[in-house]
Amino acid sequence: MATAPDLREIEQFLHLEARLLDENRYDEWLDLYTDTATYWVPLERGQKDPYETSSLIFDDRKLMEARVRQFHHPRRHAQTPASRTCHMLGHIEPLDGDSGDAIRVRSNFILVEFRADRQFIYGGACEHRLVRAGAGYKIAAKRIDLINSEGVLDGISILL
Amino acid sequence: MNSLNVPKFSDLVRPDRVHRALYTDPMLFELEMDRLFGRAWLVLGHESQVKAPGDFFTTRMARQPVLVTRDDGGAIRVLVNRCPHRGAVVCTEERGHTPHFQCGYHGWTFACDGALKHVPMANAYPEDPRGLGLKLAPVPRVAVYRGFIFGSLASTGPELLDFLGYMRTSFDDMIDRAPDGEIEVAGGVFKHAYDGNWKLMLENHNDTYHPAHVHASSIYAAKEQPDDTPTTGAGEIAVRQMRQNGVPPDVWDGLGLWTAAYGHSLMGDYHDDKRLVAALKDPTFAQYRSALERRHGAKRTDEILGVARFNTVVYPNCTFMSQFRQLRILHPVAVDRTVVYTYSFRLKGAPPQMFRDTVAFANVVNGTGSPVLTDDLELYARVQQGLLTQANDWVYLGRGFGGDVPDRDKTSRGSLGTSEIHIRNQFAAWAQYMAQAQ
Repeated sequence: MATAPDLREIEQFLHLEARLLDENRYDEWLDLYTDTATYWVPLERGQKDPYETSSLIFDDRKLMEARVRQFHHPRRHAQTPASRTCHMLGHIEPLDGDSGDAIRVRSNFILVEFRADRQFIYGGACEHRLVRAGAGYKIAAKRIDLINSEGVLDGISILL
Repeated sequence: MNSLNVPKFSDLVRPDRVHRALYTDPMLFELEMDRLFGRAWLVLGHESQVKAPGDFFTTRMARQPVLVTRDDGGAIRVLVNRCPHRGAVVCTEERGHTPHFQCGYHGWTFACDGALKHVPMANAYPEDPRGLGLKLAPVPRVAVYRGFIFGSLASTGPELLDFLGYMRTSFDDMIDRAPDGEIEVAGGVFKHAYDGNWKLMLENHNDTYHPAHVHASSIYAAKEQPDDTPTTGAGEIAVRQMRQNGVPPDVWDGLGLWTAAYGHSLMGDYHDDKRLVAALKDPTFAQYRSALERRHGAKRTDEILGVARFNTVVYPNCTFMSQFRQLRILHPVAVDRTVVYTYSFRLKGAPPQMFRDTVAFANVVNGTGSPVLTDDLELYARVQQGLLTQANDWVYLGRGFGGDVPDRDKTSRGSLGTSEIHIRNQFAAWAQYMAQAQ
């Protein structure tokens, strides 16, 4: 039976995801996602779908697994040296109209990336679609809207 | 680096090597903007970006902001995006539709053909500014080849068709693949940047020697990926393309690599992935083929689909993949910084799924977060850093040197697909442009 989402539990789950990314624990990060999950960083503001318009990243489970595997290869040049990142999440709020078993959660984020003597700052809004899995949640979909998605960007070789 | 010690152009470019100053010297970069980007035909876009009178988009030629419009009479115009009054950039939108352009500074207003229409409080001028020839200045030369818009900042030079030479057949390839005979820009524009000289991308796009090394990690990741992992279809395309980079060395060596005058080159016969290229068993492709046959018949359809090209480089500002409907326009920003805009095209009359495949392909080949592209960008930056060393002034381009042979339609062909003939050819053109003063 559906129950109202527990905001604290949701916050802790999103913080866990951020921490796994910041600690480069990509395999564990992948385990947070369902087998049919999608991970989407749209190219355009308000982009309706990832099929008719390109995306900075649009990974289904297949490409997510490949992307994570790539981190482990010694010649992943764009991650040599590896980035260090710091995710800051805020304004975490479940969106109206969802049951406790499948919910959409909106948040804002700032992400600082340091690599090879350069620092990059990303900012924007996220929407997670979470589904109940046992005692916790899994991510069925994550959408990350960068405020500068339509601007000139250097290559993105991390997960946002 | 010490620009004062740079030798003459003829000393900088040798048959099998070039001086590192060509990538690192800010004064040479300034001269390139004038003598090379200021003369050559530059690809600006496609007429589908300005379909109706009043449509416009903004871009740059060398580093100069320009405005591409369709005027009230339906003609395509390329105008310098600079107010003739006090110099402000007039249009700051990337694209749109407008009856006129108004400068934000003093309100001077221009028609879509650049003519000055209105000057506020004009009575304070000794004579009407509209009579002084003040306008959004047209770029000296504009030409369109099968919908692709080109501009040149020089008032004289080769005609566009002479400039393109055999490369025009790659534009033909892109358009001929559309069942309705038309293509359009669609699916968004990636804009990525790298910390390196503009030449590095042009050298890389027909460099078939690099994928096994630069892309080793994405090749590995894709080859290890089980075929039965759930996919929306997009990841499937990406994994296939990443695997394609891992074909054995003899396949790369066996490719055709052709060069032509003015620095252009093209790579043929690259792809053998049946989903991405041409497989009757793939339902989308079968549907597409039928659409082509309805228009052209089976024989002509075979000819159209038989053209197998990967990258074509139109020196100095464009590379495109006619078979995969991708086009990139590069914008040099500084000697060590380059911005690249990449575009996808929709084939009119092709099944809708085909464009979805194009979008997925664009994401993996040109996407800012691509597992493939990001490693290319990293290597451009490493080359740029390495070339700052003073211990070795030369970049060695000797792969396949001595084996270049003349081929059809005034092209030359490399002795093997991994030849560096295309880079040697780019520098031969570079030296020609740069040696001419005015």
